Amino acid sequence: MLGPSGTGKSVFLKSLVGLLKPEKGSIVLNDVDIVRTSEHKLYEVRKLFGVLFQDGALFGSMNLYDNIAFPLREHTKKSESEIRRIVLEKMDMVGLAGTETKLPGEISGGMRKRAGIARALVLDPEVILFDEPDSGLDPVRVAYLNQLIVDLNAQIDATFLIVTHDIGTARTVPDNLGLLFRRNLVMFGPREQLLTSQEPVVRQFLNGRREGPIGMSEEKDVAQVEAEMAALEARGGDSHNGVGPKGASGGDAVPPQLEPTEGLPERKAARRRQERVARMLHEFDEHTAEAIRKSLPEDLLAQVDSGAFSPTRGSRGRHWAPEPDARGAEPQVSGATVTAVLPRQGGAG
Amino acid sequence: MTATDEPKAPGLFDGRFSPTRPLAASGNLFAFALDTVRALPKRPFQIREFIQQTWFVASVTILPTALVAIPFGAVIALQLGSLARQLGAQSFTGSAAVLAVLREASPIVTALLIAGAGGSAICADLGARKIRDEIDAMEVLGISPIQRLVVPRVLASMLVAVLLNGLVSVVGVAGGYFFNVILQGGTPGAYLASFSALAQVADFWSGEAKALIFGLIAAIVAAYKGLRAGGGPKGVGDAVNQSVVITFLLLFAVNFVITAIYFQLVPPKGQ
Repeated sequence: MLGPSGTGKSVFLKSLVGLLKPEKGSIVLNDVDIVRTSEHKLYEVRKLFGVLFQDGALFGSMNLYDNIAFPLREHTKKSESEIRRIVLEKMDMVGLAGTETKLPGEISGGMRKRAGIARALVLDPEVILFDEPDSGLDPVRVAYLNQLIVDLNAQIDATFLIVTHDIGTARTVPDNLGLLFRRNLVMFGPREQLLTSQEPVVRQFLNGRREGPIGMSEEKDVAQVEAEMAALEARGGDSHNGVGPKGASGGDAVPPQLEPTEGLPERKAARRRQERVARMLHEFDEHTAEAIRKSLPEDLLAQVDSGAFSPTRGSRGRHWAPEPDARGAEPQVSGATVTAVLPRQGGAG
Repeated sequence: MTATDEPKAPGLFDGRFSPTRPLAASGNLFAFALDTVRALPKRPFQIREFIQQTWFVASVTILPTALVAIPFGAVIALQLGSLARQLGAQSFTGSAAVLAVLREASPIVTALLIAGAGGSAICADLGARKIRDEIDAMEVLGISPIQRLVVPRVLASMLVAVLLNGLVSVVGVAGGYFFNVILQGGTPGAYLASFSALAQVADFWSGEAKALIFGLIAAIVAAYKGLRAGGGPKGVGDAVNQSVVITFLLLFAVNFVITAIYFQLVPPKGQ
């Protein structure tokens, strides 16, 4: 999930876990409407979520071990030795082995983030939300964190929703991308759709340039935008615009997605997504379709060309695109109806 | 998006002087208090947190309370000593001093210190957690901050208030005795003998009941303000400030009501 600052990304995340109540609309997870459900049910639903807050939001009075053990101690009747096993396993997963007794105030921002991830993971959540995992980290640590996210997705097959400003992350990590602007979801779809999109807001954001509809504080007027775009075209457009900040690069190239580290199981979500986008292929424009075709394996390409699809047996989740009449099931954060339906098990979002 | 969804331009006062605002604020505080009361019997009870908080609140309040209680008892003894002499009722000096300390002085001193020292500490602690997203994180982990954090603090503050009230009563009466007998040259026997002339045991219990309720109010207001702190470190400072002021206002109002009820329920001695 991308979007300029102040367009409601954090509010969207907080609404998803029921910390904020939207004035209108509904948020449905596993048939429970988070907006209208009782306080008691809400606490039950939240156990399905793991959330990484911007600064990790660790409990300052506890050391890392107690922080990560906290949800287990509160929610499960597991023995202390079992808790110890789980906590050490998760700490190892995020590369924090050996720092159990450190206090959150004593460690670096990157370590706090990873500890926050470990704490979000201990209850085996089905949906994991990341609020700007890259903020305040150096590019190397961001690269490691992104790899960690992909590896985790391969290992636990949960739905990941990442809110970020880092275009490099957005280009290489997720299966699907969404862009919020002025409290509206401008576009949501497979990564190829946004990366090749000609929509001015999307293009401006992904290329990290000043020319376009997004202004410093508010929207710009149409004449100014047109003048800027003309000047940009005169210079040769995005492909000659050079490199933008935060990993933004010129043009609409679709870089290859990050793969899990060798030795880990294959990401189940990858195949599910391929089957889903193959079915949706005819809905996209030429550039997008071409980019998607490049990412598809041969058996699916054959199915696309023949027009007959058969889902892979035995893998969980939503394999196929929703029928055209169910298209409203995707997160729409607009004024009139706010609906966010999360699939029970899905790919990295 | 329909026309009514368009954001409105900010008005002159932006609803700051809306007549319903104080109503909404007190309603929210009351709803919070009800939530806390509802969470009281819920299992599992956070016994560790309760003990830690009791110790914490006691440690920040005991010394200041004792130090305030001595001069407070002395002032009451001085005032009543001279008043009794003017009225020609020296034999009731001790009784009047005990009455004043037990019924009013002791719960009020307790309340001021519970609110000023204990409540502000609770509010600052919760406010700091709130702005660091710790409270949100706790809620997202499926744990109610009211049950996990607020309930133990409220109970701890009530317990400490009751104990402190006992401490203030003893120290206040002893201070009054010291000033009346040693410094003003009163008669020790008459001072002690008159204790039970006007005062009764019910006065002590009413003082303890007041302290219990003051402890409850102070902790609930502090927790309410702390959990709603926002806007960075300054927000925490504002929350602490507001919580102390609101608690004081509430305490004196509630004190008046309790005292009025007490006089209806327990007739004063000698009538």
